Amino acid sequence: MMIPHRRTVLLGAASAVLAAPAARAQLTIDMTKPSFEPVPIAIVDFQGDAIGAQMATVIRNNLQNSGLFRSIPPASFIEHNLGASAQPRFPDWRQIGASGVVVGSVTSSGGSLKVDFRLWDVIAGAQATGLSFTSQAANWRRLSHIISDAIYKRVTGEDGYFDTRVAYVSETGPLNNRVKRIAIMDQDGANNRYITDGATIAITPRFSPTLQEIVYMAFGENKGPPRVYLQNVDSGRRELMGNFPGMSFAPRFSPDGSRIAMSLSQDGRTNLYEMDVRGRSQRRLTNSSAIDTSPCYSNDGSQIVFNSDRGGSQQLYVMPSGGGGERRISFGDGRYATPVWSPRGDYIAFTKIGSAGFGIGIMRPDGSGERLLANGFLVEGPTWAPNGRVLMFFRQDRGGGVGLAAIDVTGRFERRVPTPTDASDPAWSPLIPQ
Amino acid sequence: MTRKHDMQMIKKIAALAALMLIAACSNNNNNSNEPPSASTSVAPGSIGDFRQNVGDRVYFDTDMSSIREDGRATLARQAEWLKKYTNYPITIEGKCDERGTREYNLALGERRANAARQYLVAQGIPASRIKTISYGKERPEVVGSDEGSWARNRVAITALE
Repeated sequence: MMIPHRRTVLLGAASAVLAAPAARAQLTIDMTKPSFEPVPIAIVDFQGDAIGAQMATVIRNNLQNSGLFRSIPPASFIEHNLGASAQPRFPDWRQIGASGVVVGSVTSSGGSLKVDFRLWDVIAGAQATGLSFTSQAANWRRLSHIISDAIYKRVTGEDGYFDTRVAYVSETGPLNNRVKRIAIMDQDGANNRYITDGATIAITPRFSPTLQEIVYMAFGENKGPPRVYLQNVDSGRRELMGNFPGMSFAPRFSPDGSRIAMSLSQDGRTNLYEMDVRGRSQRRLTNSSAIDTSPCYSNDGSQIVFNSDRGGSQQLYVMPSGGGGERRISFGDGRYATPVWSPRGDYIAFTKIGSAGFGIGIMRPDGSGERLLANGFLVEGPTWAPNGRVLMFFRQDRGGGVGLAAIDVTGRFERRVPTPTDASDPAWSPLIPQ
Repeated sequence: MTRKHDMQMIKKIAALAALMLIAACSNNNNNSNEPPSASTSVAPGSIGDFRQNVGDRVYFDTDMSSIREDGRATLARQAEWLKKYTNYPITIEGKCDERGTREYNLALGERRANAARQYLVAQGIPASRIKTISYGKERPEVVGSDEGSWARNRVAITALE
């Protein structure tokens, strides 16, 4: 069924020279190159059932929002009613400048959906990839995201990130008395729901690797100190994590989900601790009189990056995940905060606070190669897409509201991520287990 | 005038200048650091009395948690009042401006609340009487994205139940 990638690329290039007078974009993209054109792609409404048009809309939004694709408006299509079983009339698609065309057929029966989809390489005149699945009809959005991921992978050579969720802090009410509650939505903003009731401020949500649980910090009733809670997403059952005397906060799961690192403040000192999720044993990781917070495990779980003001100002430090041997990795002007290790292991993203404003940046785990991607009056709290190619963070305008934004690691495309309310503190989930 | 007298005079003037400087610093900071002129509308020993005539809050410099000169004066008045009226449980609330990151500011607020607590304890208030809580930048006292608002949000508030 699938033609090997390399061969398709070569054929595509050759066909373009033979068949097209104008240069055409190939159905492949190297996103690590300093410059590239988004791949023009036509996504035809899936045939056979009314849900097919909605699935095509979800796929168009996903690919367009990635910045790597340009979704050609359906109004300009020449060939219509194209399903998964027929071969496209390639000249019709070349004429509107498409490099790829996505088609699908949907059959629904008794609450289940059968979906066939194909991605055609218009220049090569051949199928590039295709999938077929059966699922409950209620899963049509997820199927659309899985198809989007398949297209992304075929064209970029890397795993996609569309079949994911985002946990964040929903903010409502006046700025000096905000209701802050944890919400979860699909990465495209659909299926938004609230996980906490807003009775007390809840912030800094993080997903477990299975997405079954989130860990976050919430204030207690009646001026009770902030503490870390573990909550089952589906059942809503929540448990206090750790029996610490002071304020505990800034939790984050280890990549295998077995441990949670967090901060504990007592008598003006803030140190890092680690806790076993199941056994509940806890151990101290740092022992300083400074503020050590925002811990994040490396992708393999062997190291922890965190920020500390032990040297006088907030900077990033890396240590083995068992503690000890902390070494500073940030040395630029300004303060560095909220480090997050890429799931690929190649970068650490951070918030930078300079005299001119806030920035979102990346550096290698040894501190080299620092690059700022976004800046503004306040940008804070980056979180990685599971493929390590996109960051989400929050952006607040001076004196104004706050919302989510996403940017790719090259810093080319920043876009607003829609949420029903003001939003902060996003946490991007891993790919949803299939 | 002898040389010795001259030196003494210079010392006196210097001391006076230093006092004036401190007073100027206090005035430059926010007005609510200064106890307003005694009001007759609140009962002595009431929470209103504490807020209006003693001053319930001390302010901090950017990213700092050391008690400033003006804050010391406020905390000294607080200690004096709290020793007189011993029936109030005390919670010191630490807060930060919006120019820091969320998690760090939670820790910084705790450090500020703790600095105020330590000062009161050193003045003779029992440690067991004082709780602390940090709101970081989650509950600003003043809404505004300007230096004046930020200065009033870098605060430790002595709240009485």
